[in-house]
Amino acid sequence: MAVIETKNLTYTYPGATTPSIQDVSVTINKGDFVILTGPSGCGKTTLCRTFNGLVPHFYNGTLEGEITVAGLKVADHKIHELARHVGLVFQNPENQLFALSVEKDVAFGLENSAMPRDEMRKRVDWALQMAGISELSERPPHELSGGQQQRVAIASVLSMQPDIMVLDEPTSFLDPVGAEKIFEVIDDLNKKLGITIILVEHRLDLAAKYANKVIVMNEGTVALTGTPREIFTSEEARLIGVGIPKATKLYQHLKRQGVNLKAVPVTTEETANMLRELLKRD
Amino acid sequence: MIEVKDLHFSYPTGLEALKGINLTVEDGEFLAVMGQNGAGKTTLVKHFNGLLKPTTGEVLVNGTSTKDISVAKLARNVGFVFQNPDHQLFSESVEDEIAFALKNFGFEEETIKKQVDWALNLLDIEQYRKTSPFMLSGGERKRVALASILAWDPQVIVMDEPTIGQDHQQKEKLQQFIMQLNAQKKTVVIVTHDVEFVAECNPRVILMSEGNILVEGKAEDVLTNPKLVAQASIVPPQITQIFLELADLGLPTDVIDVHEATKILLERLRRRK
Amino acid sequence: MSVFEGFKFRKVSSVIHNLDPRVKFFFVCILFVMAIMFTQLLALAVLFFIPLPFVFLARVNRQWLRSLRGAVLLAVFIFATNFIFGYFYPSSSIPNVDGAIDTPMEYFALFERAAAMTLRFVVLIASFSVFFLTTSPDHLGLALQQSHVPYEFCFAFTTAVRFVPVLADEAQTIMDAQKARGLELESGNFIKRIRNYIPILIPLIVNAIRRSLELAEAMESRAWGASDKRTNLYKLSLKRADILLVIITVLMLILALYIWLYIPIPSLTSLLFA
Repeated sequence: MAVIETKNLTYTYPGATTPSIQDVSVTINKGDFVILTGPSGCGKTTLCRTFNGLVPHFYNGTLEGEITVAGLKVADHKIHELARHVGLVFQNPENQLFALSVEKDVAFGLENSAMPRDEMRKRVDWALQMAGISELSERPPHELSGGQQQRVAIASVLSMQPDIMVLDEPTSFLDPVGAEKIFEVIDDLNKKLGITIILVEHRLDLAAKYANKVIVMNEGTVALTGTPREIFTSEEARLIGVGIPKATKLYQHLKRQGVNLKAVPVTTEETANMLRELLKRD
Repeated sequence: MIEVKDLHFSYPTGLEALKGINLTVEDGEFLAVMGQNGAGKTTLVKHFNGLLKPTTGEVLVNGTSTKDISVAKLARNVGFVFQNPDHQLFSESVEDEIAFALKNFGFEEETIKKQVDWALNLLDIEQYRKTSPFMLSGGERKRVALASILAWDPQVIVMDEPTIGQDHQQKEKLQQFIMQLNAQKKTVVIVTHDVEFVAECNPRVILMSEGNILVEGKAEDVLTNPKLVAQASIVPPQITQIFLELADLGLPTDVIDVHEATKILLERLRRRK
Repeated sequence: MSVFEGFKFRKVSSVIHNLDPRVKFFFVCILFVMAIMFTQLLALAVLFFIPLPFVFLARVNRQWLRSLRGAVLLAVFIFATNFIFGYFYPSSSIPNVDGAIDTPMEYFALFERAAAMTLRFVVLIASFSVFFLTTSPDHLGLALQQSHVPYEFCFAFTTAVRFVPVLADEAQTIMDAQKARGLELESGNFIKRIRNYIPILIPLIVNAIRRSLELAEAMESRAWGASDKRTNLYKLSLKRADILLVIITVLMLILALYIWLYIPIPSLTSLLFA
């Protein structure tokens, strides 16, 4: 069942001469974990913002084509209506937290929706727990590390219980250990709560193992779609400049020399296991 | 040459960030300073251009202690590229931006013109000469910032987390650029937590943890030691992870490069046949 | 500036910190009103001692003293102005026989007058300092909201406070970045020094604008404007200690009014010279 569907979506920012995204047609199904990737400037950030209505309602400009999210036509609904179904987590953790304590930030969206206090309290506690930050509830954001701040941002979006969560390069400012923690939280939300995830990422080596679908954009259009395995072995993806994980590169180098592993690996565990089999076989 | 002798540094809040660092950076080296967030990496390199002064111990740049020289004077030899270009861009045109430091250092008009031309070409931004830096994209602004630091041709270039937010192609370009600088005998020091990038470049690495240097050496030695890597809370490169998994099969564990990995595996398979 | 240190909130738990900000503000305002009511040095001296028990209960002694220390310069200025002005333009409030200050008593009376005006200023600083030291910004924001100040203003206030340390850090980073390009901030004449701050101010302002754009995006994405009636996770409610403080404040005001109307307060001059 499609939760997001776009048809020939084209958008031009006000004052721009060329569209940032052109003729984009994608379908995202309920429960998908999609990675949206591509070189800088390919339009993935703009596309993300169409999913919750920031484009076109916040940025104005001209939007052509169709886009339906959670059954609603984006062009016809205000951002705060769409916010009930789609949550958006941004790249810079610092600039999404406004309150002076973590739990107040997590409650922000609920306060905006005029939720009664008791229900709010329960939701806030639940969201904090899901993001693994219950013990930080009364801390001010400035005292937290980047990774903790991003988890607060995730909890703040989660508290509104959206069906879809879009995350725009959430781990950019984090070190690999912090990034892993974020991906684990996001994966939990996808596998345990069934939330559809759209993750914009460059660091495919860390994120690929969670996804069931990859969309590669280039120069404003969708260049490729497929499973992580398909994309990583695609020559076109390599030419566009997608960062293929080393584990998969090893598979490709071996293949070129006539050594075939059982399947295309995406993670180091898969590669190691397949190599072990191969080496033991002889 | 930069010498760090028993460097201790504490912030005014009392936090002891560096607990006795000893290090020498030779001219023309490529050094990567790695470790978890909070290990003291940026604190250490900020001593190289005098932004921070030692609490005890000393830092010598080309033989002179940094304690008594101003940052502006040290900057003449040590260029520092900050993580966020938006922390330095302020001029009306890219040209002015690049000329800023040159003017501060008292270069002559003729020399300034020459250096600006050279820097614009080096970073491939000649077409933006008269453009306002605020009108450029993120990646372009990063190049303007870098150009404005290289313009005065410092001997040492320090880059703080240069790979953050960069896509794969941009990282490749950066790698080539650093190689170019090294070829010109410039010393390059990068602070990074991007293990894959470091694995590609294979520089000298110092691994820091909690204000101390855990170990230093070639990337292929440092990043493949599982105990130290765990202590420093970093994730080893993917190739290394694979080979560590297969260590019980007698394969070498100090591999970080995918080509070397392929060679070793092929050899192993041929041996079996 | 150390005077600002004396106003920064510190997160400590005490009876005073937990009082409702609206009640505390009421108390501080009444104290201010009383300081305006009385012109006698002795009365103002009494008023100065009133905030002290609050300072001790809240354990903010050091910071409070720092705020007073920061106000010293201005206090000296006020004293000097009042003294000099009163010397050259003696008014009926200062007893003088022939329109000029020439006897020791008259000098002392002038001194007392200037000291009283200075003390009035100090009482103001002292009481507001205690208020700000013991009230967290979000408590304050909450108090504003529950006092029916439009939510946009409360939100702007708490968000601004939340970003003060972030902007301070950013200013430091920008200064470092420009110093590392040869910018000398400490040398040069006055005009040159002002111009040297342009490379600091422009990135700071541009980044602040960028930041507010990102914040606006985040706000919209979390259903800002979804409902006219906004609810709040927290609620301020008056507790026993608050009611007690209200009663104390009212009694204090009644007592002050009574004294002001019916009991003449002697001046220090008359006590010493009579």
